[in-house]
Amino acid sequence: MPRAATEATDQDLIQILTPEGQRLPNETYDSYLGDVDDDMLRGFYRDMALTRRFDQEATALQRQGQLCLWVPLRGQEAAQIGSGRATRPKDYIFPTYREHGVALTRNVSFSEMLRLFRGISGGGWDPRENNFHMYTMVLAAQLPHAAGYGMAINLEQHGWDEAKRAEQGDAVLTYFGDGSSTEGETHESMVFANSFDAPVVYFCQNNQWAISVPFEVQSKVPLVTRAAGYGMPGIRVDGNDVLAVLAVTRWAMEHARSGKGPVLIEAVTYRLGAHTTADDPTKYRQSEEELAWAPKDPLIRMETYLRESNIVDEAFFEQLERDGNAMAAQVRKDAMAFPVPPLSKSFEQVYAEAHPLVQEELQWHLDYEAGFADEAGQGEK
Amino acid sequence: MTLAKAITNGLDKVLASNDRAILMGEDIGRLGGVYRITEGLIDKYGAHRVIDSPLGEAGIVGGAVGMALRGHSPLVEIQFDGFVFPAFSQITTQLAKMHARSEGRLTVPVVIRIPYGGGIGSIEHHSESPEALFVHTAGLRVITPSNAHDAYWMIQQAAECKDPVIYLEPKRRYWLKGEVDTEAPALDAFKAQIVHPGEDATIVAYGPLVPIALAAAEAAREDGRSVEVIDLRSLSPIDFDTITESVQKTGRLIITHEAPTFGGLGGEIAARISERAFLSLEAPVLRVGGFHMPYPISKVESQYLPDIDKLLEALDRSFAY
Repeated sequence: MPRAATEATDQDLIQILTPEGQRLPNETYDSYLGDVDDDMLRGFYRDMALTRRFDQEATALQRQGQLCLWVPLRGQEAAQIGSGRATRPKDYIFPTYREHGVALTRNVSFSEMLRLFRGISGGGWDPRENNFHMYTMVLAAQLPHAAGYGMAINLEQHGWDEAKRAEQGDAVLTYFGDGSSTEGETHESMVFANSFDAPVVYFCQNNQWAISVPFEVQSKVPLVTRAAGYGMPGIRVDGNDVLAVLAVTRWAMEHARSGKGPVLIEAVTYRLGAHTTADDPTKYRQSEEELAWAPKDPLIRMETYLRESNIVDEAFFEQLERDGNAMAAQVRKDAMAFPVPPLSKSFEQVYAEAHPLVQEELQWHLDYEAGFADEAGQGEK
Repeated sequence: MTLAKAITNGLDKVLASNDRAILMGEDIGRLGGVYRITEGLIDKYGAHRVIDSPLGEAGIVGGAVGMALRGHSPLVEIQFDGFVFPAFSQITTQLAKMHARSEGRLTVPVVIRIPYGGGIGSIEHHSESPEALFVHTAGLRVITPSNAHDAYWMIQQAAECKDPVIYLEPKRRYWLKGEVDTEAPALDAFKAQIVHPGEDATIVAYGPLVPIALAAAEAAREDGRSVEVIDLRSLSPIDFDTITESVQKTGRLIITHEAPTFGGLGGEIAARISERAFLSLEAPVLRVGGFHMPYPISKVESQYLPDIDKLLEALDRSFAY
């Protein structure tokens, strides 16, 4: 059983696939990978490659002025695909704003995800369809939501025994980063979830940088060691190793789901690109560091492993590239074709029930816009 | 029945009628809250529905948002007005915006109960009136009862509302007794109510100042002035129709609240009524409220708070035009 380490060392880092693409046996976690066959392995690589291709296309769209902003995830694909694939459809996920790979595992369409960044929507997709919550822009604000959601699950599944919960129970997976690990709401969320044994898995992608500030400023100790302070198990995993991430997240979800309380996972990874398209990493970090992380790329090690194990052939990669390009072309086409909802739509979404001020202002707005329609033949429809 | 007990009974009814309703807050279980508003409810509904939370206002409100996303209806308590600010980000950036962010798909029917206002001789952070901050935030509804009957019904109306509701409890009126008709529902929580009809001037008040406005109206009658008093009840939305009609009749308007006048609700009401009833006004709209300072030390708070004399002085100024 994973322990809440007070001092994490590299020996504590759970790794199943080395950066060189070698698969290591793991006494604790191999049983969580029993069903992982060649098809699934190919699937994980495919998920990661498509996510990276999507990320590349979205970055290009932003550079071309078609998106307000983009939040690249290059380098974090394994952490996201591995953890997302460890969930069940009924589990609820609270992402940050960088979980494009997790979204893929929940079947949120890439095109829909761009509605937020194209300025078409404040959210973008229907969280109820895939139990994948909207992105939250205020750092760590989603973490108390996760705790409350988990407390509500406990309320509903009150009286279920461990076996029934393990089989039919729900759990929450919530994401945050090394940057937001310092926010007060992270702390409050973890206190609440632990006090009430809420089924919440806290998944930290420690990508080493909070925009321009390095991890050392966020924490004097390895992040995973904080778990002990809350009384929950902590697991430190190689975030660039999709198999290790899958295994530990499955363990953690099972632990939480069966009513034993929350778990903290620190996935050690690296943001290979910029924080957002508005960022410039050359101002705060050395290219030597980036070069040192480059060979640890999650896709490279998986590719090596798949090739050396003869699980894939060249045709697999060729097909994947074609599929990726087709997906990217479709995403681009969809994004450019999003209809812009009229501002009048926004009035309707402020309150769920009738609100006289909003109605009055909507009427004013429509009348005002109609004045232009008389002159120019256009206005808000 | 006291106003406090009326809220207790209202919450009891909410918990009895809606098994998805949950109460959460600091010390609300065994203790029944610092003002005992939730007294007895933990015994009746259990610790899983009347939850003593850890200390952490952002955790309380953020947790409530999460519960609501799971389909529950949490009613949370913030211990005092001045302690709501650690939750301010959750309230304004999450709770208020979730419905809009989701393009109307999600609702977060959270009720946040906050004892507010001064006049209780307390220390810092225990006497504030932060309503303008919430009223300014689209997506929130803000209501405040001034009497036991309204308190009983308005908390239930808040619980039934699909939008987030800030339910401000006038703490210095917790012990104010009044009739509660448990059969006849109060007026819609989002409407204002004329609590004293009059012909010559209108005073708009809410929460703790309604009894003072009523007393001022009584005193004014001795001067031969017939003053109409409106209990606003809902601070967002504001029932401007009721105020406008009144001012069209009386021609004079005074708005009073404990919160500082600068940037307060009185200014908003004054501006709107100037637009709606400009030609009916015999005098500028006047405000009687707090000064632009942190809520003062309790030994001098009586000089800070609006009272009968300040309202009468404002009436004099209004009638001088």
